[in-house]
Amino acid sequence: MTALRGLAYLLLLQAAGEGLAHFFLLPFPGPVVGLVLMLPALGLAWVREPVAAAAELLLAHLSLLFIPVGVGVITHMALVSQYGVQLVLVIVLSTWIGLAVTALVLRALLRADPVKEDAHG
Amino acid sequence: MADFVQLWVFLSATPLFGLTATLLTYAAAQAVYDHFERAPWANPVLWSVVVLGSVLVATHTPYPSYFAGAQFVHVLLGPAVVALAWPLWLRRVELRKRGVALTVAALAGGTAAAGSAVAIAWALDMPGDVVRSLAPKSVTAAVAMGIAERIGGVPALSAVFAVLTGLVGALSGKYLFNLLKIDSWAVRGFALGTAAHGIGAARALQVHPDAGAYAGIALGMQAVLSSLLMPVLFGWWG
Repeated sequence: MTALRGLAYLLLLQAAGEGLAHFFLLPFPGPVVGLVLMLPALGLAWVREPVAAAAELLLAHLSLLFIPVGVGVITHMALVSQYGVQLVLVIVLSTWIGLAVTALVLRALLRADPVKEDAHG
Repeated sequence: MADFVQLWVFLSATPLFGLTATLLTYAAAQAVYDHFERAPWANPVLWSVVVLGSVLVATHTPYPSYFAGAQFVHVLLGPAVVALAWPLWLRRVELRKRGVALTVAALAGGTAAAGSAVAIAWALDMPGDVVRSLAPKSVTAAVAMGIAERIGGVPALSAVFAVLTGLVGALSGKYLFNLLKIDSWAVRGFALGTAAHGIGAARALQVHPDAGAYAGIALGMQAVLSSLLMPVLFGWWG
């Protein structure tokens, strides 16, 4: 029940985010505005407890949520057969570049301020 | 046989089919993933998409009839983005201390991922709307669709590219980080969340709690930064 109440709060803030984004022509998608609104709201214990329960459930099964969209690849078969090789090249290379740049920049910046953790392979 | 075909035609037209098929396939794929000790190649999203896609194609079931049921899972992507406030809030002290380093890394990584995608796609002479749809692919699907809409891309295409990007990150991140000798779990997780959004973060979460937390932070930061900056940059580009 706690998680269900949390889900209701998450949806409520997403809806508030969609409303604000639409009304003030904000550059952010509604859920991102909802995220920003949620941060101060988590200071309140009666919001925090149910939202934590719902968030942990949702984030633990985050992979599941991408499946319906992923299956949508079958509606773009024409594009895939025409540009398949190029698409693979673009997606694989740019993802590796993104991963490497983020990791190398963050490692360099954090060297001055080492992270306390059980760091290994 | 005719009865079976009729039953299939009936069931595949109800929302029950898409929802049940998605949950059952995911549960099975997750079990296989656990069986292979969570090896990157056994990624549950990858195999669920392959199995469900093949079933739809083989049975000539149109995607919209599948989506009529699967949308009940899909709609949760929105509240899942709002839910990212929770890992951010939990680590707020750490975030304030490392805020500058994390923001710089998120900006550098996000720019590198989107910029290289646009540059390579443009160099390979891909159509303009495909190039624009590729730009937000490192951002979580729900947000990528919103950005694509604003920059002249195709939202449905961006969502598919985002899932594929997440899979590449989840499948190959480990080897790339080992090659670059990145041994901090926080750094590995943050990079996965930045370049491979929710699917990378889900992988990070399964590997190490520090990696998972930093991936969640990166995912949230990337959603905010990209939706703020990408429309501005594409506005200049025209």
